[in-house]
Amino acid sequence: MADGYHARTAGPQKFGRIAMYALLILFAMYYLLPLFVMVTTSLKTLDDIRTGNLIALPAQITIDAWVKAWSTACTGVECGGLKNNFMNSATFVLPAVAISTLIGAFNGYVLTMWRFRGSDILFTALLIGCFIPFQVILLPMAQTLGYLGIANSIAGLIFVHVVYGLAFTTLFFRNFYVSVPTELTKAARIDGAGFFTIFWRIILPLSPPIIVVCVIWQFTQIWNDFLFGVVFSSGERQPITVALNNLVNTSTGVKEYNVDMAAAIIAGLPTLFVYIVAGKYFLRGLTAGAVKG
Amino acid sequence: MNTTKAAPAKLVSPPKRVADYIESALPKIVLGPTLLVGLIFIYGFIAWTGWLSFTDSRLLPRYELVGFVQYITLFENERWWTSLKNLGVFGSLFILVCLGTGLLLAILLDQRIRAEGFLRAIYLYPMALSFIVTGTAWRWILNPGLGLQNFVRQLGFETFTFDWIVTPGMSIYAVVIAGAWQSSGFVMALFLAGLRGIDDSIIKAAQVDGAGPVRIYTSIIIPSLRPVFFSSIIILSHMAIKAFDLVMALTGGGPGFSSDLPAIFMYTFAFNRNQIGLGAASAMIMLMTVVAIIVPMIYSETRKAHRG
Amino acid sequence: MSSLSIRNVTKRFGALEVLKGIDLEIEDGEFIILVGPSGCGKSTLLNMIAGLDSISGGEIAIGGRIVNDLSPKDRDIAMVFQSYALYPNMSVRENISFGLKIRKVGKEKRDEVVNRVAKTLQIEPLLDRLPSQLSGGQRQRVAMGRALARDPALFLFDEPLSNLDAKLRVEMRAEIRLLHGRLGSTIVYVTHDQIEAMTLGDRIAVMKAGNVHQFGSPQQVYDDPADLFVASFIGSPSMNFVRAPVASSDGVIGIELFNGNEKLFFAAPKAAQKGLSEWIGQESCHGHPTGANHGRVIREPGSSESRAMPCQSRSSAADRSGHAYPDSPERYAGYLSHPSGNTRTRR
Repeated sequence: MADGYHARTAGPQKFGRIAMYALLILFAMYYLLPLFVMVTTSLKTLDDIRTGNLIALPAQITIDAWVKAWSTACTGVECGGLKNNFMNSATFVLPAVAISTLIGAFNGYVLTMWRFRGSDILFTALLIGCFIPFQVILLPMAQTLGYLGIANSIAGLIFVHVVYGLAFTTLFFRNFYVSVPTELTKAARIDGAGFFTIFWRIILPLSPPIIVVCVIWQFTQIWNDFLFGVVFSSGERQPITVALNNLVNTSTGVKEYNVDMAAAIIAGLPTLFVYIVAGKYFLRGLTAGAVKG
Repeated sequence: MNTTKAAPAKLVSPPKRVADYIESALPKIVLGPTLLVGLIFIYGFIAWTGWLSFTDSRLLPRYELVGFVQYITLFENERWWTSLKNLGVFGSLFILVCLGTGLLLAILLDQRIRAEGFLRAIYLYPMALSFIVTGTAWRWILNPGLGLQNFVRQLGFETFTFDWIVTPGMSIYAVVIAGAWQSSGFVMALFLAGLRGIDDSIIKAAQVDGAGPVRIYTSIIIPSLRPVFFSSIIILSHMAIKAFDLVMALTGGGPGFSSDLPAIFMYTFAFNRNQIGLGAASAMIMLMTVVAIIVPMIYSETRKAHRG
Repeated sequence: MSSLSIRNVTKRFGALEVLKGIDLEIEDGEFIILVGPSGCGKSTLLNMIAGLDSISGGEIAIGGRIVNDLSPKDRDIAMVFQSYALYPNMSVRENISFGLKIRKVGKEKRDEVVNRVAKTLQIEPLLDRLPSQLSGGQRQRVAMGRALARDPALFLFDEPLSNLDAKLRVEMRAEIRLLHGRLGSTIVYVTHDQIEAMTLGDRIAVMKAGNVHQFGSPQQVYDDPADLFVASFIGSPSMNFVRAPVASSDGVIGIELFNGNEKLFFAAPKAAQKGLSEWIGQESCHGHPTGANHGRVIREPGSSESRAMPCQSRSSAADRSGHAYPDSPERYAGYLSHPSGNTRTRR
């Protein structure tokens, strides 16, 4: 089953295969074009952009646009580039990922190894949480963050991302632990281990594959989030996606496409990096999260 | 029953210790916070928004009920209708293009292709980018002045026009292009997984029956991908209804509000125009749309589980 | 080492009653088998003894101490699982000593125990391997080693041999038997394999649908089944049943069978005469424990192997399974003998 259908039949004619490769390469170019254009544009001067064409290589390579995007470009009122926002994103993404993953692991552990009456129904109820359009919770959440005194703060963003990431992280771990035999937990209980001992000593050591999947998924989701960022934060506390959008839409003076592109690449770099180093796990999370969700 | 005839021994019942009570309650204690959070922050908040949608809240929430006023206002609002129409256009095209491209690429990649992993990685990488990055990139490519239109004109096609992004009524199609670029690779991955999961013996049986390759695809392989179609459509429609960042970055809902989607409508009215009640009503309609799609799916899934 | 009392134990999952009042008194050092078809509740009962499942009603006592409210770790038991349930991230040594470590036994003592157990089970060369590096038989041994390490009052085995190939199963069976002889500990052993049941156990509890149908020695269960279910479940090849009416002839009670138009009368043994008298005119079932060959039952002349038992309970004539039967006082009719002494019955 590892090979396609044609692995088991005689290959099509040579012409067919050439056409197939041509089509595949054409598509590859279509997918790569925007990235190519982004990179080349970001390395061009504004003059070069105006006189040259979209897919031409830079007449001379300059990193001015990158420097500007990072440190001096205006994102709304402030003109400190994206560096602060990059750091903002980093400071709330990492704790949010860590917390939601840990809680998800515990939830998955309980939902598989310590099932109690009604736990499946509760799980289903939680699962539905994956599907609600977040618009429906924005207004109450804005109020609640105000009550809690964490509106427009890094803590507030961590809170929101943890709360709405839990459904997914729980789902990941639950689906993974379902395939771990419950007898393992039973054996450990008879050996005298308690709830937490079993988790730390037996279950967690089995979990690295799903931890990687979950961390990558959460990292991508939270880093790329725009909605929560734009609603629940403002000014210098904004995450990078919001700042990028502001930077692009700030219409003072000349439109600097090279700076826009450099900024876009900066905003996309962390997740792209994760995709390149751990693409296999990325895909696994994507399909697991999407199909089972 | 036959038991030994020996008189029952005296049994001692040791007292249950407090530690045991705590230990046995631990699973519930651990799961508790999540359930509480889910209850409050999902279901409670939905109810809260629902309540708000029946009030005349503007800048600040108020809680006196006024009936369906906001819903009536909502459906009398031309901009809301535009956003609904756009959702219809965007949603159906986005789903169709993604399914078509995804299936085509998956079938092509399933033909013992050299460098399959490499190509797959290329098709899929947009999924790692945020919609904001995608939108920013395509906004530059699609801008008529210096982007694709300009490029083709420089090639000599002086009259070539490709200015959807700035044309009212066409800008939503530009959103489809960018959205499909980002998501079709993902659909391809789903289809590829589906193709790889098809039982060999079914195909062999068809070959023995004398079916040709095209016939095998149209009558056997593609029909057996039904579940993948199903989940892809669910996921894509879900993405379409939630689509917000892509439009914000690509067109900002413009020109005017010609590429508005419900998500943008909700955001604009609830947070920029101080029409909390109206925003809440639009959010509730969005929720109902999602429910209308998801509930049948869960129903059919659970029915399947019962049968299995 | 200690006794185990199971008194009127029930288990309910919501409205579903899985165990319907189990009573078993198990003496110190006995090797007890719980056997029955899947879904009969034998594994649930074992889990309840272990403390892994809660007890809905009744009492379970180990060594005279009621353990209903005790957690597994306080029950002084060890368990061997069907899937072995070895901790995959720990070496064999760590697996065996994990329970001791949790109980804060010192390192020296732990090493001593591990070495002793490893020697007993001949797994010394495997101590530093991971479970994934072991064969099925080796894993099985390690799982036993883990149970042995703690020297518990009670050993519980949950189908421990069912994942082994046939040859290994026979070997391990012998070894478990030997081990029991050497340790003299109380063992409760769940299996659906009746060969295991017959060869290993001191006594066998035959279970079906949440009831114990018979609790006795292998010989009793085989020779003297309590009801139709036990008769059909135990014995390989399994017993044949022939339906025939109970009749009386010259004051002797027996059954009638027809060979073509020839009517044959089989007299029941004396011991069963009295019990059968109430069944005259009703249909009954006759078992032949030597089994079926080519679809025929051959009864040797003068053989005392064939016996009859009523198919139906009077309280519920429609229920032909053995299930409704144990309420009835005459549990089986006993052996039949035929006046002519030389008959063949067709199935």
